[in-house]
Formats: sequence, structure tokens, C-alpha cells
Amino acid sequence: MFGIESLLVVTVVMPLAAAVLTALFGPRLLRSQSHWPTIVALAISLAASLLLVWQVAQEAEATHTARQNEPVPSAQPTSHSLGYERTLTLWTWTGGGEVGQTALSVQPVQDPLGPPPRIEVTLRIDPLTAIMLATVLTISFLVAVYSVGYMHGDPGYWRFYSYIALFVFSMCMLVSVSNFLLLYVFWEAVGLCSYLLIGFWYQRPAAAAAGKKAFLVNRVGDFGFALGVFLLWLTYGTLNFHDVQTGGQTQPGILGQTFLQQPEQYVGGAVGTAIALLLMAGACGKSAQWPLHVWLPDAMEGPTPVSALIHAATMVTAGVYLTARCLPLFLAAPIGPLVVACIGGGTALLAALIALTQTDLKRILAYSTISQLGYMFLAVGTGTALGVTAGMFHLFTHAFFKALLFLAAGSVMHAMGGVIDIRQFGGLRRHLPWTHTTMLFGCLALAGVVPFAGFWSKDAILLAVGQQEGLVYQVLGWAATATAFLTAFYTFRAFFRTFYGPERIPEETGGHVHEGPPWMTAPLVVLAAASLVVGAYFEWTHGFAHFLAQTPSLCLAGLALEGPRAELVSHSQVALLSTLVVLAGIGLAALLYLGSRTVLEGLTRASAAVGLYGLSYGKFFFDELYQAVVVMPLTGLARLCGWLDNQAIDRAVDDVGAAPRALGALFRSLQVGLVPFYALAMILGVLVLLGALMTG
Amino acid sequence: MPLEGSWESTALLTLIVFGPAIAALGLLLAPKRRTRAIKLLSLSATMVVLVGTGYLCFLLKQSPPIGQTDGMSAAGPAVVVRLPWIPAFGVEYFLGVDGISLPLVLLTSFLSVLAMLASWTIQRHEKAYCVLFLLLETGLLGVFLALDFFLFYVFWEVTLLPMYFLIGLWGGPRREYAAVKFFLFTLAGSVLMLVAMLMLYFSSDLRLLSPSELAACHAGEASPSEDDSGVEPRKPGESSERFGDTSAGSSDRPRHTFNLLALAALGQSRNLKQMPASFALGKAESKEKSSGVEGQAATLGPLDRPLLWGKSVQWWAFLLLLAGFLVKVPSVPVHTWLPDAHVEAPTPISMLLAGVLLKMGGYGLLRIAYPICPAGGYELAWLVCGLGLVSMIYGAFAALAQKDFKRLVAYSSVSHMGYVVLGLGVWSATAAVGYRIDAWLMGSSGALFQMIAHGITSAGMFFLVGVIYDRVHHRDLDQMGGLLHRMPSFGAVSIVIFFGAMGLPGLCGFVGEVLVLLGAWHYSAWVAAVGATVVILTAGYILWTIQRVYLGAEYRGPHPEALEPMSCREMAVALPLAVLAVVLGVYPQTVFSYAEPSVRQTIQQLADWTRRYEAAQPSAANLANPASSETQPVNFQQPSVFQNHSVTVADVDR
Repeated sequence: MFGIESLLVVTVVMPLAAAVLTALFGPRLLRSQSHWPTIVALAISLAASLLLVWQVAQEAEATHTARQNEPVPSAQPTSHSLGYERTLTLWTWTGGGEVGQTALSVQPVQDPLGPPPRIEVTLRIDPLTAIMLATVLTISFLVAVYSVGYMHGDPGYWRFYSYIALFVFSMCMLVSVSNFLLLYVFWEAVGLCSYLLIGFWYQRPAAAAAGKKAFLVNRVGDFGFALGVFLLWLTYGTLNFHDVQTGGQTQPGILGQTFLQQPEQYVGGAVGTAIALLLMAGACGKSAQWPLHVWLPDAMEGPTPVSALIHAATMVTAGVYLTARCLPLFLAAPIGPLVVACIGGGTALLAALIALTQTDLKRILAYSTISQLGYMFLAVGTGTALGVTAGMFHLFTHAFFKALLFLAAGSVMHAMGGVIDIRQFGGLRRHLPWTHTTMLFGCLALAGVVPFAGFWSKDAILLAVGQQEGLVYQVLGWAATATAFLTAFYTFRAFFRTFYGPERIPEETGGHVHEGPPWMTAPLVVLAAASLVVGAYFEWTHGFAHFLAQTPSLCLAGLALEGPRAELVSHSQVALLSTLVVLAGIGLAALLYLGSRTVLEGLTRASAAVGLYGLSYGKFFFDELYQAVVVMPLTGLARLCGWLDNQAIDRAVDDVGAAPRALGALFRSLQVGLVPFYALAMILGVLVLLGALMTG
Repeated sequence: MPLEGSWESTALLTLIVFGPAIAALGLLLAPKRRTRAIKLLSLSATMVVLVGTGYLCFLLKQSPPIGQTDGMSAAGPAVVVRLPWIPAFGVEYFLGVDGISLPLVLLTSFLSVLAMLASWTIQRHEKAYCVLFLLLETGLLGVFLALDFFLFYVFWEVTLLPMYFLIGLWGGPRREYAAVKFFLFTLAGSVLMLVAMLMLYFSSDLRLLSPSELAACHAGEASPSEDDSGVEPRKPGESSERFGDTSAGSSDRPRHTFNLLALAALGQSRNLKQMPASFALGKAESKEKSSGVEGQAATLGPLDRPLLWGKSVQWWAFLLLLAGFLVKVPSVPVHTWLPDAHVEAPTPISMLLAGVLLKMGGYGLLRIAYPICPAGGYELAWLVCGLGLVSMIYGAFAALAQKDFKRLVAYSSVSHMGYVVLGLGVWSATAAVGYRIDAWLMGSSGALFQMIAHGITSAGMFFLVGVIYDRVHHRDLDQMGGLLHRMPSFGAVSIVIFFGAMGLPGLCGFVGEVLVLLGAWHYSAWVAAVGATVVILTAGYILWTIQRVYLGAEYRGPHPEALEPMSCREMAVALPLAVLAVVLGVYPQTVFSYAEPSVRQTIQQLADWTRRYEAAQPSAANLANPASSETQPVNFQQPSVFQNHSVTVADVDR
């Protein structure tokens, strides 16, 4: 069989090869066949990643069993490793200057010209990485297939596939590197791909502006992330995740076995809190959490497959991955998990409230993504094994049903000639039967109706939050439940308005409404099936939780999966409550959008009267707020600097330059050129001199 | 008679430095009308120099370092030329290349080739242009290769005049204003540097250096039998000629030097030997006091002599050098010549100005100001870091406010060169960290890398602006747009170069910025945190520029019909820069493998100096008031060399 290491390399490298091939041969040679390199490469990567999951599961299980069977000496700390991880060093950048493993905490360098600090390009594989790889590649592959139909005939066809492949490479590297610096590098790389793809139709000013906004807002988060990485380096003297063996000595990595076995070694206090908050800032930027959530709705200017892949299923979950990966660092900070939970819970509710009144189908889904990502952060923010598992589970299921919803929305958009405003169409279910059915699956999964994927993962989150003691978590639990209601409502509002009601077809279609080609419907069907089964399957087999628990970062001491815990709420209570709430939401949507218009209008008028409708429709005016508080002052400052430079500094320079000339002008008037004048001056001078001599 | 250096290195370095000048002389004979031939000849001259510098890389890797006396000098200048030039004042034709200068020399010769290629669009007085261009290249290469301060100063001034004419004759509408402004600013900086140079020269004394140090600094005399016992030198004739004094015994007089390496050794009081008895006038007391410290390394050197207001010679010299170099960098508030010069200069000259000329300032700081005047650098670290930080932020804000494309790029240069100043200024190897140099090394290597990276990206950006200007004859950012659609290959190359300047990971700008900020973090976390906000501002103005110029539906300015795709020649200029931006970003080792040992040596020496300096802090206080030295406790070790020397100087002055 293939080794795990070679599988990992194949998984990661194939998309890069596809990106380069497409970029080289796309414009001249491949043209309308430019999708082949990417599709083939992603198929290979997908197969390799699934094989990888299987092999990792096997080996992790083997080590787990072996560990349980061996008697553990109770007197000394356990010597065996926690969880399952494998690392693979590809190459080493030696040389000074590079961030390396020498810093304050390690012994001083003996020889001043000795071996310089080094940084290793190391990949890692553990259950968390394996799950992320499999999820990313599954969605990527399906989206790549879908795009063959959706992007067909676009002048930038090869460019699209080149970017997509580059993105998949960056995303795979992001989840499999074992070093914070490299993580930052690929963190930015996925941001770049996102920028390029949002602005894919760069000739549209809105797309160009949205790309810039996404990049800049992410930069703000990355600024925090970079500071966090600096602080980590300063605190721990390394940026590696894993322990490094050098010459018989172990150099502990930040998330390596040495630290994980003694979690009290993690730096807490102000520094620990600062690290956690700065990392969270980075996660907020990438995962579009409040207060940096404003870029994601605008990012819908990109092609719909991009929205499905990058802005729903994969890239935006990088923040959740980061918090899960760095959970020990968050736990070390006193308020770390709580902050994550509050931001997550608050964002979930906020975004759901905004999504209630939006009229752009893709933006509804974008706000829904923000809201669901908030759920994930809320779950990870509980800081328990249950919570992290629930968060990652939701990440996993959400990738399927949200990608499905976006692709279905793309199908609607494709049929409607680019129109995506739900006020302009309706009653489409007869024209788009496949889209209608698959989107129904997606909506049911998003709303969290019983056997669908979203139900299981959302329940797990509600349960994990409910298990936490403390007022804050109680409040967050209620907020999450309210969000579940709102989610069910806005999802089915969009669904009913699109597919039911009187038939309305916009003029842009030219009266020619049709399903997309099989390239588009096939991925929809696959994703719909997945949205139905993945949740239930993994919930019943407990495969997901069991597998994920083998991740080193998540089997930190004191984070045991089994153990005594206060049973605040039971599983059945949560399930019952959430089902009731969801059904109420769907029922309300049905009442308002399938029933008579009078109820709807009355409700709209009532909420508008107290300003709620405007608040939600105006997205709580965050864009306007940031424009006034951040953008305007900064551009004002820039203008001030420009003015200062011109009028103050440069004026002073010119004045200094003019000074000699002015001085010269002063004396120039004496040089009249008249000999009598000079003679007079001479005589006067002599007289003065004589006078001075005589008096002196 | 060469003092040092093999025949090979003499020929090679001389060819590199004077190759362009010789070509310029040849051009003078060429017929004026054969413009194409003149340009081709100039291009081939720059290419020959590029090949020569490439061979230099090979030589530096291959040859065992010359003048290696101990582990520390392993990374010193390895390929040197040393010939007497003005022996009466100890001025030498002393060139050498090490890891600090090599990347910059390579950058210079590389950008010269590209800038010459970009000069094809010059249509007036081609012959004069090419001559001046080649002279400029000689000056630039000389600055980076000179190891004699006097020679350095000469080359520094040599760059000034061609630049003045190149801007003033081939520039834009306000070219005369810009040229005069450039000239006056730079001249003011040079004058400060000249004063500092003379101060250092007259304070220096080669007699204080131990033989091994003299050899390591390439400061020895032609005959290796330099006598340090105070007996008659073996070659009295040469010696007296050297010091311009035949009457007195030559060894009584200080032996001044312009040798940068020797000045650094003196400035850092490295391995100073005890003053031989016959040199010292205050022999008796010094013997009394320094009993027991004989043979120990002295802590204070000749440049630590107090000069004014309790500050030493090197403190004042540092201040002057700093001012001189910061004009060139340029740092706020002496930066205003830059936007004007850039906007008015023709495209290839802008490329050289941003790509190479600005680096002279950073190089001067790293090569001259810090090693020779560590006391100034140590005490004024806050000033240097502050100016760097202010330049970074102010430049970024000012760039945001610009409407002229070229001005925007010029202000981005101010911002990016701020990183260089900050990275060099972070004097973090103090007692608090046990004199560990990692962070500081990171800052300095980062600064050096940033100079190279900025050389590539800024030259690229100026060229790209020039490409647009050649077509539509304006630079107004509000009247652009849609260029990615009209000129796809141009847009693609532009975006790579602009993102390189923005510091995207995987492109060259990132490495330097991160290393500088990491280095700054150890100096002060707040400086680093504030500095890191600049990455947001940089992203702001670069992305906004890309949006205004390249994206959008349609070009909105005049001459839309002129927007044709890039020619092969233009591609030959832009593509290498874009490729280099990627290569250096993915594999920065290409620079570090050369630079790292030399920068490490420089920083290590400064860290060692800091250790000695901080250990001797009480004596520094004593320095201000020599009278109080009588009351010092017995166990206090008064550095005898310094005392001897100060008495000597005082006596001579009298």
C-alpha cells in the first residue's frame, strides 16, 4: 500500500501541478478544455485524501488500542504520546534571519558562527488534518465539476480553473503545515486566491471593490494573527506545532507532545490571553465573524461556484480550524474560550437577524454562512472535547449542505439569466425540478430537520453549550436556540419565494428557463444525498467523534472525552426543543409566504414601525459605521499627510532654498554699477574707520 | 605596487567599477547619430558588468576568505583590492566585497541592464544620456565596493552629478526644480558626511590596533613587518612620506586612516593593544593606574574621546552620518526631494533612483555608521527606530493621498525604506537578553533583504508606470482603469510586482517586512505592533491602486487607442523583475546565503562591543569629568589606552 507520507504529498501537490499546467497551457492550448487538469488532479487528490483518512483511522485505532492495553505507571507522567500524528519534513531553510528555533527560551548559541537557526517546511497528518483535507477536496472536486457547466464559455475559463486549483493547493497546505509561519503564509495565500476569485469578473466595478474589501478586512484580522505569531515566537521560542528531535534533544513545539502532556506549562496570564485574542482576531477575519464579518456578503460578487467553495465550505472555515488546532493555547488563557464562544454566539444571532430581510438569494446564504460559522465558534468556545467535536462536526456537515445551497442558487441564477433577487422571480419549481428538490434537501439540512445532516451537528452544538455551567453559556445557549428558529425561517422564506407562489420570470432570461447541463445537476444530486446521510451516519456510528479525538491538540490532558460531567441537559431534551423551534420557523415561513399576503404585510409594517425591519435590512449598518469610524478618518489622515507634505514640509524646504536668494537680493541692491556710488561708499567707510580708530 | 589582493581580484573589481566608465569614455568617440549603436554598446557594457558581478558571486563562494586571522573575520571582505592612492593622507584605492555589499552590487548591475533596456525610449541626446548613465553606474558600484572612506565619499559624489543632469535634462516639465532640489538635498547630506569623515579620520590611530587586527582589517603596511614595539620602523622613508612629516620620529604621530574596517575596529575598541611606552607622554601615571590590566583588552578607543556636551566623537559622528544617510534613504522629514525627483525623472532613471540610489543610505548605515560609531547607534537607537517607524506610517498615509501614479510609488518607497531604517536601528542585543544577537540579526538581515526586495519591486513599479505613461502620456490615477482587460500580460506582471511590494507571503516583500518586525519586536513590542499596522495601510494603497488602474470596465482617460500590449523589450524588463520577486519570496536563501555570515559578523561585533560598553558604563560617566578619575576606587579599571591617548591628543593640541 502507499505510505501515509507519500499520500499526503500527492494530495497536496496535485492541485499545484494543475494550477501551473492550466496557467501555462490554458490560454493557448486548452482553452475550453481547461477544466481537465484541475478535475483530474482533484480526483486523484480526493482519492488520496480518502485513502489517507482510512489509513490514519487504522493506525490511530491501532495505537489507541495498544495504549489502552499497556499498563500505565501511575507514579510518573505517561511517557507515550497523546493522540496520533505523523510529520513529514520536506525541506529545510537554513540560514540566519529566518524565524527558527533559537530564541530566548533555548540555550544560547555556543559558537557565534555556528549552525544558524532554521525553519523546516514540515507537513503533518493527524485526524483533524485528515478530516479537513477530505472535506476540502470533496467539495472542491464537486465544485470543479459543477463549474464546467456554470462557467462554460466564460472568456476567463482557464484563469478560473487555474485560480481554483491554486486555491485548493493553498487550502490543503493551510490545514497540513506544522508551523505557524507557514500557516500564516498559506493563510494569506488563500486570501489572495479569494481576492482573485471575488474579483474574477474584474471589469465589474462592484466585483473589484468587493475583492479589495475582502482583502483589506482580512488584512486587519491577519494583522492580529501576525502579532499573535510574533508573540508565540517570543514566548515559546519556536513556531513549530510538533516537537523536533535534534541530536538527542527534544525541542518542544507549541502544540507538540511535550506541552500537551503538561498543559500547565502553557503560558497563561496576560500573555496567554493576548495570544489567544490575537489568534482569534485572525480567525474572525478569515471566518467572517463579528466585527470583521462585513466582507463576506460583498464577496458574493464572485462567481457562484467560488462562493460555494471558498466562501461557504472551505476557506471561511479556516478560522474554526485554527481555533480547534490551537485549543490548548485558548484553554491556557483565562478568558480565551469564553471570548470565542461569545463572538461565535453573538455573530450567529446577528447574522441570522440580518438574513431575515435580505432579498438577494446569495446574500441570504452568505449571512447564513456567517451565522453557521458563529455556531462553530460557539461550540469550540465551550473548550470541551464535546464542544470541539461538535464544532468540527458542524464544519463537516455544513460544508456539504451549504455548498449544495450555493450551487443550487447558482443553478437558479444560471436559469434566471444572472438575476438573483428573490423579489424578481417565483414559482420556479416546475421549471427547475432538480434544483428544487436538491435545494429542498439543502434547506432542510440547514434548518436542522430531523434526519438531515444539519440536525445532528446543530444538536451536538446545542448540547455542548447546554452542558456548560455559568450564566454566559446559558445565555449563549438561548441565543443559539433562537438562531435555530431564525435559520429555519429565513431559509424557507428564500426557498418558498423562489420555488413557490405565483410564477414570475424576469426579462433577463428571455423566456427560456431551463435546468443546467448534467455537469451541474450531478454535483447537486451527490451533495443532496450527502446532506441527507453524512450527519446521521457519523452520529450513529460515533465514527467522527472517535476519530477526531485522536488529534493530539484535542487530547490534551484534562480534556478527556469520557469523564464525569454535570448533566445539565439531556440529549433528548435538546433534540426535542430544537425540533420544535425549527418546525415553528418553517411553519411561520409557510404561513407568511405560502398563505395570504395580509399577514406578511401586517408583520412587515409592524416591525418597520419600530425600526426593526430597517435595522435588519440595513445589515445593522455596520458598513456605514465602519465607513464613518474607520475609513473616513483614515482617508482624512491620509489627505492630511498629503497636504502636510506639500504645504508644510516641502514649503519649509523651498523656503530654506529661497533664503540664500533672498539674502542675495538684499545685497544685490547695493551693486548698482555706478562708480560714484562705490567711491562714496568707500569714502564713507574710510571715515567710519578713522572715526573708530580715533575714538578707540 | 598592490598592498593586498590578488591580480585576479584587482582586475575583476576594477573592471566592475570602472567598466561602465571606460565604456562611457569609448562612447565619447562614437558618432552622435548612430544612436542605436550607442545604446547597444551601453547595454553590452552593463551586461559585461553583470557577468563580472556574477563571477564575483562565484569567487566569493569559492575562494577562502582573505585575511582570515580568527573565526570572526571569516565573513569579512573576501575579495579585495588595495593600492596606495594618496599616500600622504593614507588614502587608498581599497575595494572589497563581502556578503553585505555583494547583493547590492548584484542588484545594481542587474537593474542597470534593465534600466538601459528601458532607456530605448529616450529620444533626445542619446549619446550624452548613455555616457551619464554609465558614469552613474560606476559611481553606484563604487559606493558599494569602496572600503576606504575617502574613496567611498568620492564615489558617493560621483553618483550625484550624472543624476543631476539625467533628471535635469531628460526629465519632465518641472525637471529643473526637481534636479536642483535633489542636488541640494544630497549635497547637504554629503557635507554632513564629510564633516563626520574628517572627525573620524583625525581621531583615528592605526597604532592602537594589534597586528592581527590590522591584518584582518587589511590596514597593514606593504611590508608585513609592522613594528609595534616603538623601535624605528624598518622603512622610515615610506613611513615619513606617509605621514607627511620627516622631522619627528614617525611613530610619535598618530597614524590616521580612512580604512573603514580599521575605523570600525577602532570605533568598537576591538582588540586594542596597550600603548607602547614610547608613544605615551603620560607614561608614569598610566603605568601606575594600569598596573594589573596590562594585556587586557581596552574598553575605550580613540573614538570615545569626548567632543562636545559630554558626548564622544563617535556619538557626534554618528549623528552626522545618520543625517547624511537618512537624506539618501530617504527618511521623514528629509524625504521631499524624492517625490519630485521621481516624478520628473525619466523612467529608467526612476528605476535606478528607487532601486539602487536609495540603498546607498541603508548600506551606509550598515557599513559605516553602525560599525564605526557604535556608541552613537546604541544611544540613539530610539531616534533611528522612531524615524524608521514614522517614515513607514507617514509614507503609507501620504501614498494613500496621491492622485499621481508615480508620486504614489515614490511615497511607497518612503514607507518601504522606513522598514530598512527600523530594521537596522533595533539595537536589541543588550544585557537584558544576555547579548544574544538573534533578534537583532533578524532585523538587520531583514533590512538588507528589504533593500533588495524594494530594489526589485520599486524598480518594477516605476517601470510599469513608465509603460503606461509612454502610451497615454498621463499618470492621473482617476483617469485610468480597465488596463487588465486592454493589456492582459502587462496586468498580470504588474499584479505580481505590486503584490510583491505589498508583502504578500511567497513574494519578496514579505520576507524583509516580517524579519524587520520580528527584530523590532525584541527591541520594543509597541514599535513592532505599530509598525505592523503599516501592512494594512500598504495593502490599502496597493489594492486601491490596482483597482483604479487595472480593474474596472473601461479605460477612462485620454488616448485609449494607444493602449497596445507590451512589446518584447518591455516584457524583457518587467518579466525578470516579476520572476525575481517570486524567486526571492519563495527561496530567500539566495540572498541570505551570501549576506548572513557578513551581517552576523557585523552584529556579533556590535553585540560584543555592547557587552564591553555596558560593563564599562561607570567609566563612561567618568569620561565626562576626567578630574574625578582620581577619586575612583582602586578596583576600578581605568582603561589605560584611552587615558594615554587622550593625554597625547591633548598635548598635541596644545
